[in-house]
Amino acid sequence: MNHQRRDTLKAGGGLGIFGLLAAAGMIKPEMAEAAWNKAAFDAHKMDDAMSALGAGKPAESADVQITAPDIAENGAVVPVGVVSNIANTESIAILIEKNPAMVAATFDIPAGTVADVQTRVKMGQTSDVYAVVKADGKFYMAKKEVKVTLGGCGG
Amino acid sequence: MKKTIMAVAIGAVALTAPNMQAMASEDLNFDAYRQMLADGNPAELFEMEGEELWRTARGPKNATLEQCDLGVGAGVVDGAAAQLPRFFADTGKVQDLESRLMHCMETLQGIPSAEIINGKFRQGERGKLASLVAYVVTHSNGKKVQVDLSHPKMKEMYDMGEKVFYYRTGAMDFSCASCHSQDGKRIRATQLPNITTSKGAAEGWGSWPAYRVSNSQFWTMQHRLWDCFRQQRTAEPVFASDVTIALSVFMAGKGNGYEAVWPGVKR
Amino acid sequence: MANPMRIRAAAKDGVTEVRVLMSHVMETGQRKDSSGAVIPAHFITELTAKHNDKVVLSAQFGPSVSTNPYLAFKFNGGAKGDKVVVSWVDNKGDSRTDEVQVA
Repeated sequence: MNHQRRDTLKAGGGLGIFGLLAAAGMIKPEMAEAAWNKAAFDAHKMDDAMSALGAGKPAESADVQITAPDIAENGAVVPVGVVSNIANTESIAILIEKNPAMVAATFDIPAGTVADVQTRVKMGQTSDVYAVVKADGKFYMAKKEVKVTLGGCGG
Repeated sequence: MKKTIMAVAIGAVALTAPNMQAMASEDLNFDAYRQMLADGNPAELFEMEGEELWRTARGPKNATLEQCDLGVGAGVVDGAAAQLPRFFADTGKVQDLESRLMHCMETLQGIPSAEIINGKFRQGERGKLASLVAYVVTHSNGKKVQVDLSHPKMKEMYDMGEKVFYYRTGAMDFSCASCHSQDGKRIRATQLPNITTSKGAAEGWGSWPAYRVSNSQFWTMQHRLWDCFRQQRTAEPVFASDVTIALSVFMAGKGNGYEAVWPGVKR
Repeated sequence: MANPMRIRAAAKDGVTEVRVLMSHVMETGQRKDSSGAVIPAHFITELTAKHNDKVVLSAQFGPSVSTNPYLAFKFNGGAKGDKVVVSWVDNKGDSRTDEVQVA
């Protein structure tokens, strides 16, 4: 059982019956395997976020592509897709530089899964969106600016 | 009038991110953004709930809605929304999708219409009705709007709707036409369809109900119209009242022949 | 209790594309209600997707993921009728699992 996960559940407040079950390992074990990366999701600076992801200072790579609109009508829902054309891609992380907590999501890509994920994120203001890719133990990145006409974190 | 414009302008600046001021209106092209949201529209979550509600025995009569006649036969959902509002002989009334569903809920399930009319949007039975709307309109997605205006009661409603559309009222002396009768008009970054044209009417009619990303809510046309009245600073209409149905007949009738994108996704 | 997810999975040319819509508030913990009180954070933290018992994606979310989250991904293989199961847990320990057959 991973201690970090247990702490996370406690931090969530009011450890309900589901929380107790999870802490006791009664929720599907594979879900508890990868502990939620609290340090990354709590990071407020790009350097801190990168180090919590184990990425250091990743090199920019044209083999990492971000699909996102140049301009979003509302920051509450901004579609972001990441494709990595680097062989043996193991993980993909999406970061929003100007969000209070900049790491939006991380994805583990097992062998056999295509390094191509899409999700939607909140953006408080116009910002660079970063994709950080881990492949064969090395880190790569790409970024793209998305303009936001109405911030999406307040309402 | 000048004061009103000033107030609106100040409000717009206050509500807008600073970077917006630097953007010319021709840069505000959200086509790519909207296209990316259309696939996986969260309105699908409401549609799912609506489908379940359609098939679930509920209410004092413990019945499903599977015998509900939306105008194209009992229980037929496919293409039904594209032909609404319409005149229904069994009620002797012109009904839109929402008032017709409300009628079915009352007659088939015994859920009193008053509960919905006196309720609040997104809550209780009115909230459930909205999910049913999401389910029904999804089955007219991509279909051409085909509202039959030949019945005299439909004609009457269309004319009333047109009158209401141009009727100035409220603290700001606004009509629907104040905001919806020019091409390229916006409130902040939001484009407003020109409903005096068929294309514009179809844009408005054929893109609501919709999921609103700004508040994660699903809004029906009744909800949309209610909020237009509120923004107009005039008395908000009673749910499913004639004035709301008349405006719907006007928009749908004017937008006849254009494809509906249902449910829509909005800022 | 958490509302169901909408999962679509379609196999084409040896690749299965999975699209998931989750029903969740994804509250950031940074907003205040009308009385000025902070609305506590409530968001999905972890998600796992399996194809016939093999994990094909695991993800971690922070509060920046939009309300009613959307996720799309692809894995090699997969045939019509195969099972895709998606599970999530949130920071309050609530969870949800739904499955769909590959179309």
